[in-house]
Amino acid sequence: MDLIIKNLPILIVITPLMFSLIVAVLPNQRHSWFLTNLASLLTLFFSILLGIEVSEKNLISYHLGNWPPPLGIEYIVDKVSIIPIFIIAVISCLASSFAHNFFTSEVYNNLISKTYSLWLLTIAGLMGLVTTADAFNLFVFLEISSLSAVALVAMGSKVDKKALVAGYNYLILGAIGATFYVIGVGLLYGVSGTLNMSDLSQKIPELGLNKSVIVAFTFMILGIMVKAAIFPLHIWLPNAYAYAPSPVSILLAATATKVAIYILARISFTIFGTSYDIYSFESLRYILLFLSICAMFAGTVMAIFEKDTKKLLAHSSVAQIGYIILGISLVTKAGIASSFIHLINHALIKAGLFMSVVAMSFYTFKRIDATSISGIGRQMPITFFAFIICALSLAGLPLTVGFISKLYLIKAAYMSEGIWLPFLILLSSALSLVYIWKLIEGLWYDVDKNNKLKIKELPEIYIPLLIITFLNIYFGIDAGLIINSSYNAAEALLNGIK
Amino acid sequence: MSNEFYIYLCILTPLLAFFLTPFLNKTPNFRDILGPIGGLISFYCSIKIASLFLDGEELGFVFFQISESLSISFNINGLGVIFGLVASGLWILASIYTIGYMRGNKEKNQTRFFTFYSIAIFAAICIAYSGNLLTLFIFYEVLTFSTYPLVAHKQNNEARKAGRLYMGILVGTSIIFLLPAIVIVWVLTGNLDFTEGGLLKGYISMEYAPFLLALFAFGIGKAALMPFHKWLPAAMVAPTPVSALLHAVAVVKAGVFSMLVVITYVFGIDFLTETNASVWLIWVSSITLLLSSCIAISKDDLKARLAYSTISQLSYIVLGGAIATNIAVQGAAMHIVMHAVGKITLFFAAGAIYVATHLSKISDLNGLGKSMPLTFLAFFIGSLSIIGVPPMGGSWSKFYLMLGSVEKQYLFIIAVLCISTLLNVYYLLEVPAKAFFLEKKSNVQVTKHPLTTYPTFFAALLTIILFVYIEPLKEITNLIVGIGK
Amino acid sequence: MINEIFGVWNYWIVFTLMMIGLYIVISKKSLLKKVVGLAIFQTSVFLLYITFGKIAGGTAPIITNNSEEIYSNPLPHVLILTAIVVGVATTALGLALIVRINKAYGSINEDEISAVDLVDYHEKFSEKKNK
Repeated sequence: MDLIIKNLPILIVITPLMFSLIVAVLPNQRHSWFLTNLASLLTLFFSILLGIEVSEKNLISYHLGNWPPPLGIEYIVDKVSIIPIFIIAVISCLASSFAHNFFTSEVYNNLISKTYSLWLLTIAGLMGLVTTADAFNLFVFLEISSLSAVALVAMGSKVDKKALVAGYNYLILGAIGATFYVIGVGLLYGVSGTLNMSDLSQKIPELGLNKSVIVAFTFMILGIMVKAAIFPLHIWLPNAYAYAPSPVSILLAATATKVAIYILARISFTIFGTSYDIYSFESLRYILLFLSICAMFAGTVMAIFEKDTKKLLAHSSVAQIGYIILGISLVTKAGIASSFIHLINHALIKAGLFMSVVAMSFYTFKRIDATSISGIGRQMPITFFAFIICALSLAGLPLTVGFISKLYLIKAAYMSEGIWLPFLILLSSALSLVYIWKLIEGLWYDVDKNNKLKIKELPEIYIPLLIITFLNIYFGIDAGLIINSSYNAAEALLNGIK
Repeated sequence: MSNEFYIYLCILTPLLAFFLTPFLNKTPNFRDILGPIGGLISFYCSIKIASLFLDGEELGFVFFQISESLSISFNINGLGVIFGLVASGLWILASIYTIGYMRGNKEKNQTRFFTFYSIAIFAAICIAYSGNLLTLFIFYEVLTFSTYPLVAHKQNNEARKAGRLYMGILVGTSIIFLLPAIVIVWVLTGNLDFTEGGLLKGYISMEYAPFLLALFAFGIGKAALMPFHKWLPAAMVAPTPVSALLHAVAVVKAGVFSMLVVITYVFGIDFLTETNASVWLIWVSSITLLLSSCIAISKDDLKARLAYSTISQLSYIVLGGAIATNIAVQGAAMHIVMHAVGKITLFFAAGAIYVATHLSKISDLNGLGKSMPLTFLAFFIGSLSIIGVPPMGGSWSKFYLMLGSVEKQYLFIIAVLCISTLLNVYYLLEVPAKAFFLEKKSNVQVTKHPLTTYPTFFAALLTIILFVYIEPLKEITNLIVGIGK
Repeated sequence: MINEIFGVWNYWIVFTLMMIGLYIVISKKSLLKKVVGLAIFQTSVFLLYITFGKIAGGTAPIITNNSEEIYSNPLPHVLILTAIVVGVATTALGLALIVRINKAYGSINEDEISAVDLVDYHEKFSEKKNK
């Protein structure tokens, strides 16, 4: 046990990685599924242990292969990174628990075991991204996670060949983003001679005003912005989410962009936070703010005019990423905390929405067009109930998590920017009601008399779906945990600046 | 017994009825008696709460804490006492009447009807005793959602269309305007609790106050300010007990109650007087008041006419709040009670007529007065109370409203009130006049149900009782505006 | 001035390559050419790392008796070994996708692919109408 506790930061990465190798070569698909679940559960278990450790120690540093940093690779788990770790672990557990039926119907038969392997590889990559404290190691994990995610998206080609193109576009854009990041890291290494994040944060201010650092910062941020799908670099996202196999949509929607946003915060605050008084990053802050406002409106408007339900949700994700980035771009404790609150809550909301939508599309094997399959809610009451709760949560009704995050975001915006920013946020969230209402109405009201689709409830999705729905309500009622951990995270991130 | 106990009991009784009703599907007698019994218990508790409140006791508790400054909490204030009394008291009458109506009319799905009826009452009482804006908003939405199945009860296309309009306007306005308004209040003050003298004082500048008030005024769609009034006539497709209890008492009164609470405990009367932030609201409510009276005249359908009359009467209450003097607010608070009792009488009568004759057009009612004297007498008394003739309760509230406008020297309001009174006389008294003085059409069958007639008449008597027995109500309204503390 | 510009010629090569690669990715319609462009783009970054790891006249970092000897920084080379592996993986995945796309669409040209998608969409739409 002591050995496990000592090695926890690497265990959450290594467990899915190792299992992915075994899963790939297993002949029996059910066994692969079982092992995937086992790996996800183990990862969740280690994450919980890690959470307990972090709450006691504040910061756990792990030296890979016992090479001391800054030369060796360091893994750090602190109050910031524990948030995405939990999101990844929980969502992976929930989504893989019902994945089998979906994969057997949506993926070519000979590829199912490989799909599970890719799934675990994605998890490993994301976990590594979150824990690593080495700038170059981060690049490696970035590519591990996004290459396997691309392959996962392309697996959807049995249902719709567009998945291939969606995967290809994701690959190209993702590779450009990752290469941009690595250029930035290279320039930083060129001037500072180190790759360790905390070491970088100490060495960069010593350099004084240095043009290479500015260029490096720009390259790194741009690269990550592609991964985080920040407007206008979001174009890969809607198709990738919409055409991926259903469980993959859930996994990606709830985790991939969240982790990228976390890295964005890490880079801008942990690495460059110490040199804020040397470089005036104020202009960059306003660029991010502007882009996030654009994302809020562009995503919402695109969602309003979108018919395909999955794509609609993906467009709405673009808008919600705008909210999260907006919080970060305020560079205040309240702002960053609010964006972390929304980071968690949006993962819960979108996971729930995607789960209920894929449950609805299961028997029809096609995309749910908000207008073509109407009245589906009457045939699947429980799924539809969960869908409504999550949709209301997206709209930000009280007693759901969406309300809490909107409340804190608006407060943070008001405190640092005055009245105009809350006004814009409220306006865009009022606009978002249009597509939320369209979804609910389309699925519930318009009963097509000629509709002879045989649709029934999908029992295996009940438990994960209801867990997510319950969490949506529970954390809307008892929000203390999320708010406190987000404030702790914001404090830890801003330590460097003050 | 502790004071909180009464609040709990008052709130939980309708909730219990909600949970019990589906199980009593097989025994309709037991199921139907739940309503009157629950009403009696709740009414007893609200009287107890009222007397404790008049004794100056602090009543309230936090149900649970969401985060540091957000909570679901219940707290008694004067307006809440009044609305709680109205909602629970008229629940007794309405539930007795409902039994008669549903049986006399042989409606389907009675169990579902009673189930949602009790949850609507539950929501209304929770609104009355809510201690902060968040609690109020949540139960405001619960009320909307729980009344939707009641509105669409007949389940035909017309009912569904009306239900959609109902939900669309009420949910839409509340999410687009009211919720942002609440968020803004929280962001500005860091608090949502109703505070005596106003929560926003010192937190908001003069220029922004009218806009925030507008968000509230239009966000509270249940107050049926024009142009967000269409849902109320649409909701008239519902069975008459729904229109009676919900669209004369619970739902619309929840709307104007929320308006008054916002005006007195969130903005504060003094603050509004200083900043003149509510002057525009006077105009809007006056226009609504006159226009809807005019529309009411053109309606031949009895329930539609009553619906537009309700819109106009609700504007009296909003107007009282908008004038923002102590007396006007007192008048508005009184008008909640007076109009509730008067309008429920009229709706009861309309329902009784429908049960007896299956007629709903006013032009068909000629000469029915002789076969249904009690019902039409009740209608007459109720009309007088709405018009504001002594010795009916409605005269008090109109009197106070006028006093308030004189105090502020808004003389045009008096003119508005006078014109609307004349219009009231015209469109309300037409009904009993036709019934009593015109020749009866020969082919009308009258089959009365006693459980519809007697509650109607009792409600009419209540308007007279309220005229004489005004003192406790006045004391409570004094406490609302902080006189006599 | 000239020294400033041409003294760092290796960086010029790096950035020229970088821009060539990026331009190909953005402008070419052929999916295959995009992957080629991506590979050039990534290679330029490898060169960038190696360039600032190399010191003129430096040798491999092996401890010898001669303490005066200059040696190059080995770390960028090691990093680039990793990056090359990642680059190969990216290219391989891209090529694999292209093969599948070619099978599914009968073309690897971006415009033609979207034309096929459009035709599919309209067929689906008219099917629905005919029903």
